[in-house]
Amino acid sequence: MDDHHHGPAKGLSRWLFTTNHKDIGTMYLWFSFSMFFLGGFFAMIIRAELFQPGMQLIEPAFFNQMTTLHGLIMVFGAIMPSFVGLANWMIPLMIGAPDMALPRMNNWSFWILPPAFLLLASTLFMEGGAPAAGWTFYAPLSTTYAAPSVTYFIFCIHVLGLSSIMGSINIIATVMNMRAPGMTYMKMPLFVWTWLITAFLLVAVMPVLAGAVTMMLMDVHFGTSFFSAAGGGDPVLFQHIFWFFGHPEVYIIILPAFGVVSQIIPAFSRKRLFGYDSMVYATASIAFLSFIVWAHHMYTVGMPIAGELFFMYATMLIAVPTGVKVFNWISTMWRGALSFETPMLFSIGFLVLFTIGGFTGLMLSIAPADFQYHDSYFVVAHFHYVMVAGAVFSMTAAIYFWLPKWCGRMYNETMGKTHFWISFVGFNLAFFPQHFVGLAGMPRRIPDYALQFADFNMMSSIGAFVYGASQLLFLYNVVATIVAGEQVSDEKVWDGAEGLEWTLPTPVPYHTFETPPLVR
Amino acid sequence: MLKLSNNPIVDTSAKLAVTAVVMFAFVFVVMVPLYNVLCDVLGINGKTSGQAYTSVEARVDESRTVTIQFIATNNAGMPWEFSPTKTAMKVHPGAVNDTVFFAHNPRPDAMIAQAIPSISPSRAAKYFHKTECFCFNQQPLDGGGSAEMPLQFIVDQDLPRDIGTITLSYTIFDVTDMASNALAAR
Repeated sequence: MDDHHHGPAKGLSRWLFTTNHKDIGTMYLWFSFSMFFLGGFFAMIIRAELFQPGMQLIEPAFFNQMTTLHGLIMVFGAIMPSFVGLANWMIPLMIGAPDMALPRMNNWSFWILPPAFLLLASTLFMEGGAPAAGWTFYAPLSTTYAAPSVTYFIFCIHVLGLSSIMGSINIIATVMNMRAPGMTYMKMPLFVWTWLITAFLLVAVMPVLAGAVTMMLMDVHFGTSFFSAAGGGDPVLFQHIFWFFGHPEVYIIILPAFGVVSQIIPAFSRKRLFGYDSMVYATASIAFLSFIVWAHHMYTVGMPIAGELFFMYATMLIAVPTGVKVFNWISTMWRGALSFETPMLFSIGFLVLFTIGGFTGLMLSIAPADFQYHDSYFVVAHFHYVMVAGAVFSMTAAIYFWLPKWCGRMYNETMGKTHFWISFVGFNLAFFPQHFVGLAGMPRRIPDYALQFADFNMMSSIGAFVYGASQLLFLYNVVATIVAGEQVSDEKVWDGAEGLEWTLPTPVPYHTFETPPLVR
Repeated sequence: MLKLSNNPIVDTSAKLAVTAVVMFAFVFVVMVPLYNVLCDVLGINGKTSGQAYTSVEARVDESRTVTIQFIATNNAGMPWEFSPTKTAMKVHPGAVNDTVFFAHNPRPDAMIAQAIPSISPSRAAKYFHKTECFCFNQQPLDGGGSAEMPLQFIVDQDLPRDIGTITLSYTIFDVTDMASNALAAR
């Protein structure tokens, strides 16, 4: 019997014991989708409380738990695993490899994630409640003043960090060793490039986060004083360590998104990507710069002026490679034969809104101005423009783009476009007014606000509900496509799509590229 | 380049795993000490030196008077009575000053304590020199015992002129259980 061409195993054990990159990618995507809805549900609670001034629905302590869990789950549970899932699905297909380099470790790096987040979610039902120090969990809020559940939170971070590191090692090992003959580094699709660089960032900084939470653990349980001034430590040290992880982390989130739109925009412009080489170098430059700008998150801690200036100029420098990317995407579309299917709409939405988020980031990078913006809703608006309209929009575009290839069925285009426009309007209604209330002085992470912010907050809440509801349409569309979508058998699915994955049959078979393809 | 295995995939993975472990260690053995050194050099977080200061040609500046305030705090769960005998002193920069803190152990059994100092405003930290301090050593006390704990200090003549008041805060820790271990940082 030829055991190289068997299909997937039957039943639950297929998913439990699978080493197939497509199965694992699918599990990552469904897991992150479910976390997206859980984190989104928490966001709805936050916006419901902020619908009107005064205390409306929930206690302040619970509000803090909601903002904390919303941030943690969206960053670590929804966005990061979704891109890891996409990497699992697409990288072997794009470089012509039969599977990931370390398939068993791949299985493990997925399966330790759900228990980690179960642990985190379970803290909601513990005495003292869930962690409430914000997703940045600054000490001493997260040590001296934390609920006992902080220990579970620390363990969760350790486990998901381990998962990320294993996933990254796998991706790097795959890209460096398993490319098809002729697939040189400078021929790799940009999604593979951005993920290769992202994986290096992850290997470098996830251990730093693990170090930070380990110090928290020791401060809480073993009598050390890393972050306690009374014991000779320093809470500001926590912020330095956290952001030394945290700033590369935001590029870990956005670089794969850059990769996705760099695949989609050329496909629907029916042109090659403009400035491929400069895209690669810009990605690498952003990754390098991400290590030397962390303190721009903490301008107000009392740094020496020389420090403020260094971090300000270094941060502004990031606008250069990012600008190169934005102009390259626009140049790709210039005089292209454009068509506006749902993936393209989400990519253009990404381009416009991410650029707005980039500009507000530039505003925040100005140290003297930041003293006004710091910890206000302006910051909230800024990072939702880059996290939601950046990462989540591009992820949505990726699903619409590759789902027909994966399952051989076409999604409902009308529903997809409706999803885009409701998302786009809802998102902007939710977050654009937050710029104004932030500049006017509304602080973030507070369950109540001054009366003059009432109208903008009500608009914000309505926008958030609309955006949240539109994701249910997305879920319905995805499920309906998989179950009963119109069949497609074209290898290319999209006439303008280029790359190895589009040379495979549609739907993509369970095993692919068992003999490496020839890359010219 | 160094090869950890003949299988290229194992080789890449092993190198990356080593990198991850090195980065984890980096936090503890580089970032924390480096941060402390930088703060020490720049004098930006109120940490005073853990070493006794040996003065060079003290020149008392009679024209200036600086107020030194003393604060004593007990860490959570520390039962000792701990207080400064004088809550404030007016001193001249360059002069040698002495004061005493009082400690009493109300428990029946012997205990060991460690006091940790902090200076506010933090800019003043590098101009505040302790020539003798109970915080340099651990303080044992028998059950029910009391002690007067000496502190001798000099305010540097180079103290910026806009600083008129310096607050010296001590927090006292129960280190009976880990008396043999040196405290992580002072």
